[in-house]
Amino acid sequence: MGSTRTTGAPTKITQGSQTKGGIGESTLRPDGTLKVTGEFAYSSDMWHEDMLWGQTLRSTVAHAEIVSIDTSEALAQAGVYAVLTYDDLPAEMKNYGLEIQDTPVLAHGKVRHHGEPVALVAADHPETARRAAAKIKIEYRELPLITDEASATASDAVLVHEGRDDHHIGHVPHPNIVHRQPIIRGDAAEAAKKADVVVKGEYTFGMQDQAFLGPESGLAVPAEDGGVDLYVATQWLHSDLGQIAPVLGLPEDKVRMTLSGVGGAFGGREDISMQIHACLLALRTGKPVKIVYNRFESFFGHVHRHPAKLYYEHGATKDGKLTHMKCKIVLDGGAYASASPAVVGNASSLSVGPYVIEDVDIEAIALYTNNPPCGAMRGFGAVQACFAYEAQMDKLAAKLGLDPVEFRQLNAMEQGTLLPTGQVVDSPAPVAEILRRVKARPLPPERQWESSEGADVRQLPGGLSNTTHGEGVVRGVGYAVGIKNVGFSEGFDDYSTAKVRMEVVGGEPVATVHTAMAEVGQGGVTVHAQIARTELGVTQVTIHPADTQVGSAGSSSASRQTYVTGGAVKNSCELVREKVLEIGRRKFGTYHPAWATAELLLEGGKVVTDGGEVLGDLVDVLAGESVEVEAEWRHRPTEPFDLRTGQGNGHVQYSFAAHRAVVEVDTELGLVKVIELAVAQDVGKALNPLSVLGQIQGGTTQGLGVAVMEEIIVDPKTAKVRNPSFTDYLIPTILDTPTIPVDVLELADEHAPYGLRGIGEAPTLSSTPAVLAAIRNATGLELNRTPVRPEHLTGT
Amino acid sequence: MRVNFTVNGRPQEADDVWEGESLLYVLRERMGLPGSKNACEQGECGSCTVRLDGVPVCSCLVAAGQVEGREVTTVEGLADYAKQRRSGEAAHPGGGCATGACGTSLQEAQQWRARGTDSQTGEGGELSPVQQAFIDAGAVQCGFCTPGLLIAADEMLERNPQPTDADIREALSGNLCRCTGYEKILDAVRLAAARQDRQEEAV
Repeated sequence: MGSTRTTGAPTKITQGSQTKGGIGESTLRPDGTLKVTGEFAYSSDMWHEDMLWGQTLRSTVAHAEIVSIDTSEALAQAGVYAVLTYDDLPAEMKNYGLEIQDTPVLAHGKVRHHGEPVALVAADHPETARRAAAKIKIEYRELPLITDEASATASDAVLVHEGRDDHHIGHVPHPNIVHRQPIIRGDAAEAAKKADVVVKGEYTFGMQDQAFLGPESGLAVPAEDGGVDLYVATQWLHSDLGQIAPVLGLPEDKVRMTLSGVGGAFGGREDISMQIHACLLALRTGKPVKIVYNRFESFFGHVHRHPAKLYYEHGATKDGKLTHMKCKIVLDGGAYASASPAVVGNASSLSVGPYVIEDVDIEAIALYTNNPPCGAMRGFGAVQACFAYEAQMDKLAAKLGLDPVEFRQLNAMEQGTLLPTGQVVDSPAPVAEILRRVKARPLPPERQWESSEGADVRQLPGGLSNTTHGEGVVRGVGYAVGIKNVGFSEGFDDYSTAKVRMEVVGGEPVATVHTAMAEVGQGGVTVHAQIARTELGVTQVTIHPADTQVGSAGSSSASRQTYVTGGAVKNSCELVREKVLEIGRRKFGTYHPAWATAELLLEGGKVVTDGGEVLGDLVDVLAGESVEVEAEWRHRPTEPFDLRTGQGNGHVQYSFAAHRAVVEVDTELGLVKVIELAVAQDVGKALNPLSVLGQIQGGTTQGLGVAVMEEIIVDPKTAKVRNPSFTDYLIPTILDTPTIPVDVLELADEHAPYGLRGIGEAPTLSSTPAVLAAIRNATGLELNRTPVRPEHLTGT
Repeated sequence: MRVNFTVNGRPQEADDVWEGESLLYVLRERMGLPGSKNACEQGECGSCTVRLDGVPVCSCLVAAGQVEGREVTTVEGLADYAKQRRSGEAAHPGGGCATGACGTSLQEAQQWRARGTDSQTGEGGELSPVQQAFIDAGAVQCGFCTPGLLIAADEMLERNPQPTDADIREALSGNLCRCTGYEKILDAVRLAAARQDRQEEAV
């Protein structure tokens, strides 16, 4: 397809455009120096005089009644200060959860998944605590296992949660289904009659782990007022707070949380892990308690990406227009709800992908099973759908004899397209353009590993294992594109709060930005400083540590923080700017008429007119005064999806990325080497181009991981996790990761601050299906599951 | 047991060490040097990489008793180590905490303030070329893998000042990073190598 239409352009900035270090520049991380010198204080680095170490004892079986717990031997160990079980919980509230409070702080009479917390130990050395925990005797009586859709929805199925009273139980067809969201638009059955070709597929998506490197950890310090100070790595301080305080039996103001250094998150820190446990032990012993999971425990300590079964049917006319789509997406939510309902909403509403299909019949469900609990991970429901619909697009193109990219472009969504929910896409949607860009990029040369000195095995499938010198190696190229929503959807009040202060320090105007945003590595602190420079015309910006002494910032997830907390920082800065100008008018208004008549800007530490005339120094305006504003900021409201038809303006914004993958496959051994993963993505406005590239390349690599290696293996007979370690759960190394060239588009979304688009998740969507498409292209195999393992390629 | 060893050029003595403790635990919890990271504690991720008598090792796999009488360099001592390498000196001072066990005290943690311009102005002391390059190239996101990667990258550049991309990938293949997709890490090592070249030419 020769021409594609691209609408929109980057936002033009007036205020602050003359101030150094503002938005649009690749300023460097404010925490960079601390992070390269080893001084940055991560949650596992906390230390307190006289502190104890906490240890969790977790269930060794997936589904069982707890007949008895005997803690006497553990308590008798020298160095042990406390052993806690369900009976020691201090408040009436004994459960927590993001949306549904179905998760016991400690197991009560029953365990529902392998690795569920049953008891806690505090001791003076971590090894003492571990050994004491091993001496707690628990007698289990095992129960039948629910492990998949068939066992969950059988008429005589054991219920994972009896007596459900949450707000989804009224509309689910079975109590072992957490939430169900159908979306019906048009008439798929009627439209199917117009199809010249129909493609049906059944796809499987494996369970992926966030595998952030910094383990779950933190320090709880009991306070004299009966409360507790908690230093922890999380994605959303205030969400944690709302779950922690009730089970401790404390008012929220007695639980003071400060964000410690966060070693990555990717969704895995949206749920509570050790937070409540550390507080319970600290309050019980009266001593500071530190808990640090090791990697084995980390695999049990957080939720994973939902594994999924996806059943798709698409039709198209012979000239390549999509006629209809029917799908059913079954997400395994595991033993507790976590974020499952919202993941269902995303999976269903984005199940069509970035395409125009008017007649659809969609259903997504999440199951309660005895598998490990699943919840948020980068891409959040849209990832699984993208893997399936992109496989379908390739199958349709092949059946129609069309080029796979041209076929996608022919059906690509644009600004103005209606989603299956009836919502209009009201900002640029350059789907055809990003596909054109990845396709237009020159392909990497063939057989790069070959030279006059022979083959460089490091660049071949199998690498230094020296399994091939090029024999049996074939190349393949594949494409994919995806759509991700930005921000919390379905009517959620998705606000953020920023406190901004401006004052003179050391003869210079300085802005201080205080939010509760969790900096998890994404660079939010970098862009907050940039926004403050742009909006306040200053160079010096101090970023205050995130804590609960300021209002909620919402979650560092859903690609939302630059949009929402960035928007809150911008808004508070604007309010501060108005106040600063008021002070200026009061003090100096009589000296120059422009104070009253001109549009005034703050630039380079001065008040200037929009014509560039300097009216005064901020140092003089602010002399002896400081200006501070704390304000909440919201994006446009959204609506819930209708529970029967799925109709509703549920989303805030969309993010689009396209990938081209080039792979080489050793077809004899089934080994894959990804040679290049090219990306094109619309980011609306790159507030920090260097960080934008980092997000896109990082997201792409997580998508690569679940294409060829990453999967938590759960034994279907026991529902036990078989590979909870970095020895057995593989994530891409620098040798597995290819060159990732990135093409960034900046088409402003007029509804968003600076026209920006949330960017973190979209590259994780299309990366996986692009790699799969390239492997299919190389091998001719159908490959309906991800990750692809060698045996899937060799048939052995 | 008591373990005597040298950390970042300074003789140290760790008391009451349990025989099962790793070098990583002793550094982090007894020496007050939490820069070496605890991502997997099973030798798979490289985040705890230190140099033991010059050789990069996963400190989580080294029993504390094995370091008796030996020299350890951690990320906290990397800048000094690199500086002394440039000036041709053998030993190096600095690093560690004088009192023995101190970790990141709560007070320090509470006082942490990310100043908007820290990394731009190079405030916060002199960095080694590879540390500065990691900041400049955008190779640091969450930063948990960074200390181990810095030790590994610095050691490679010491052996191989002009590495090819394949050399860099091979040398850093024992260090997992979950945030960056490694592209900016490659950029950083290339940048450090190029700056090192320029410095040597200037000399």
